[in-house]
Amino acid sequence: MSATDVTLLSAAAAARAVQRGELSPAELFQAYRAAAAADELNAYLWVADEAQAPEAPAGAPLGGVPLAVKDLFCTAGVPSQAGSRILEGYRPPYTASVVARLAAAGAPLLGKTNQDEFAMGSSNENSAFGPVLNPWDRTRVPGGSSGGSAAAVAAGSAPWALGTDTGGSIRQPAALCGIVGLKPTYGTVSRYGMIAFASSLDQAGPLTRDVTDAALLLAHMVGQDERDSTSIGFPGEIALPRSDSLAGIRLGVPEELSGAGVGIEPGVLDAFGATLKLAESLGATVETCRLPHAPHALSAYYVLAPAEASSNLARYDGVRYGARVEDGGLVGMYTQTRSAGFGPEVKRRIMLGTYSLSSGYYDAYYGRAQRVRTKIAEDFASAFERFDFVVTPTSPSVAFELGAKTADPLSMYLNDYCTVPMSLAGIPAISIPNGLSAGLPTGFQLCGPAFSENRVLEAAFALEQAIGFDAAGARSDGG
Amino acid sequence: MDYEPVIGLEVHAQLLTQAKIFCGCSAKFGGVPNHHTCPVCLGMPGVLPVLNKKVVEYAMKMALAANCRINGECSFARKNYFYPDLPKGYQISQYDEPLCRGGHLGDVRIHRVHLEEDAAKLVHAGASGRIHGSDASVVDFNRGGTPLAEIVTEPDVRSAAQAREWLTLLRTTLRRLGVSDVNMEEGSLRCDANISIRPVGSTELGTKTELKNMNSFRFIERGINAEVARQEALLRDGGQVVQETLHFDPRTEAITSLRSKEEAHDYRYFPEPDLVPVATSVEMLAAARDAMPELPAAREERLQALGISAADARQLAWRTELGDYFEAALASGNSRVGVQSLANWVCNELVARVGEDDPNASKVRPDALAGLVALVAAKAVTVGNAKLVLDRLVAEGGDPAQIVEAEDLGAIAGGDDALEPIVDAALAANADAAEKIRAGNMKAIGAIIGHVMRETKGRADGAEVTRLVRSKLGL
Ligand SMILES: [Zn+2]
Repeated sequence: MSATDVTLLSAAAAARAVQRGELSPAELFQAYRAAAAADELNAYLWVADEAQAPEAPAGAPLGGVPLAVKDLFCTAGVPSQAGSRILEGYRPPYTASVVARLAAAGAPLLGKTNQDEFAMGSSNENSAFGPVLNPWDRTRVPGGSSGGSAAAVAAGSAPWALGTDTGGSIRQPAALCGIVGLKPTYGTVSRYGMIAFASSLDQAGPLTRDVTDAALLLAHMVGQDERDSTSIGFPGEIALPRSDSLAGIRLGVPEELSGAGVGIEPGVLDAFGATLKLAESLGATVETCRLPHAPHALSAYYVLAPAEASSNLARYDGVRYGARVEDGGLVGMYTQTRSAGFGPEVKRRIMLGTYSLSSGYYDAYYGRAQRVRTKIAEDFASAFERFDFVVTPTSPSVAFELGAKTADPLSMYLNDYCTVPMSLAGIPAISIPNGLSAGLPTGFQLCGPAFSENRVLEAAFALEQAIGFDAAGARSDGG
Repeated sequence: MDYEPVIGLEVHAQLLTQAKIFCGCSAKFGGVPNHHTCPVCLGMPGVLPVLNKKVVEYAMKMALAANCRINGECSFARKNYFYPDLPKGYQISQYDEPLCRGGHLGDVRIHRVHLEEDAAKLVHAGASGRIHGSDASVVDFNRGGTPLAEIVTEPDVRSAAQAREWLTLLRTTLRRLGVSDVNMEEGSLRCDANISIRPVGSTELGTKTELKNMNSFRFIERGINAEVARQEALLRDGGQVVQETLHFDPRTEAITSLRSKEEAHDYRYFPEPDLVPVATSVEMLAAARDAMPELPAAREERLQALGISAADARQLAWRTELGDYFEAALASGNSRVGVQSLANWVCNELVARVGEDDPNASKVRPDALAGLVALVAAKAVTVGNAKLVLDRLVAEGGDPAQIVEAEDLGAIAGGDDALEPIVDAALAANADAAEKIRAGNMKAIGAIIGHVMRETKGRADGAEVTRLVRSKLGL
């Protein structure tokens, strides 16, 4: 097999080839290492060198298929900067639990991928290390915040990648890059070693070329971790999907997240409607459902997530690690270090969060947002009494041009309109490629109750087979 | 107008667990700076806290000892502020759902008890000794993340002396529970006091000030007295107390303002999303209750019921090791020992000789002291000579009867013929005194007794000498 041929295999197929002895893991690693090193999209902030090719893991379930990892996962001795100037050059002394777990299962570290600073952003333009380019059109954004991971997988320089999703940071870039992105149920994957944005929402998940790869990677991510008190693991095992039917499946389509008046691009809505028809042809029933509080999700999210972030980011003070700007006294050092180290969007959210937690404002903002969050979880719970899944377009638009929304934070925030409600409810949600609109990928989002990952993957797999998405447009070699 | 102080105390007690509250690092005091650390207690990016269950167990014991109502579920919150000794930029503490509320210890009501992590230790180089104006400051994270219980009282304390006395009871209780060694020098007990004054008879509370971080019982007493005096002088001059946080300098007795209400921190408390609420089960409570030793307040009551004076009972109950020594002596089986006289010997004579040291570590075995007290009770040795025997026991240990024998310190018994000629000689040598006694001045008998004691090296029984003198003078 030529190096290019090797990188054309899906991760699951490559793992199978290794297990059958048809492919050497070292060869696989070197092929991807070369592809990652040659990346022109600014998708990587660090790539393993040749000497770091791991020993072939005998019989490891992930077959030595290398893994691109979002920068914010701590990796011992390897730069882990969360896309921020304030952590420039920071090499942690320990490795995140999920990265260690995947390495032990046979997915060695290929590289660290670019991201919006501290996972705050929907376009990857908030990275301190420059934006990532969309492999479908290099004048456009890949989405964010896991933009580097999404672009690397779509372009074929990584077989699969790890991302994190706080309000859509896996699903939205997956949609904009034409790949699969899955946000698992909150608590199924350990957060230990994930540099935090918003602790009660952050969740690691796979970005992959297809649904089977997502299931395979996820199967080795889930599990309780004694280092993360909020981790609960997954009841049972994640199975590889094989269904080609949606017979008897009831899909609920929330008016609030897919109606005509909510600002979704016509091309995206058309693709979404076409897939609903396809679902019916596979045996599903499609009906309108209600998520009455979903329109308030974005407001609640932009209170809660910045509040937690304002506290989580307080540790970047120049005292122990990362950047430090001396300025005579203590307050001066704090101020100068944080002024120089954080980018404008991070500063904006720290200010928002600090304000909403302030004495006298707490109940009006944080307290009320928590109540909205509860209502949204209740909305989903009652929807799941009637429906197996709730489905929406993943992102209201296709990939937009670099710079198009940087001057308008609110329009940037609207990218998360369809993904934030599931984050607030803590439920699993997957985005799968859903055809093109004007030559650019759109995403189809499907979510289910907590711990329904296996059913979500089965349904997504059936739809994926029927949609038959052609990802070749993202590969520079043209496939 | 007379004023009365109204004082509430906030005590931080370090819990004596092996590991820190949210990581596995040693919580031991001291050590090479920054050696008891890990990514968690250094606040590295990406780390998460995991609650040490032993901390909850210890705090539950403490809460039970203070008769608190333990909440079925408690949770942690973040207290946000920037300081170099606080690696995450927030302290994990408890806010609106503390471990317990209500209760009382002695005569002071408890408002709440909650758990939190300690900050690291800052060392400032340079003349000022404080962070502002220092040449450099370094941080030792060994202490960072050690578990603290904060005990907040109701404003029930009415004097500095009462504050000191209550803190002593608290210290004894915590030591008795084995949950804290309550060593103020090592910072394992720190105290803040909220102080206001009001006209005697008033039920309204005056404006309070907070006196921060006093680290010895003596300084607490002096600090409170100084602040009460400051507030009184202020009010008498027609001024007003301003709500502020104060620092007491024990060297100069000066009270300085750390910050006013306007400068007070907004800690932006919110629920700690990295931890799940702690459910305190019935089983956990029962286990803690079963593991409770007898506490000082209960011991004090029991000792009083044995017939021991209130003052001695308190001393024995509040100094656990002294009480243990006393009970060991009592249990050594000498039925002729009076409970109160044994208490006298322990609380007065023994304490005068061993001071603050643990008597159990001294050379005087409890059964030896009980034996000595029994010899006194049997009039086999006089009180004066028994004190000499105790000196010997403290210095060398040994058996009191043997010391009496070897040193010839045994009392000359009442019926002993040996005493009479000595009394006769004393009367003859002190004719003036004998005359005065005959005339009814019994004070003069001291000279006679003194003479006899010199002659007998203190072995004579004073009462027996008196009886002989009276009979010989025909009184
Ligand atoms: Zn530690």
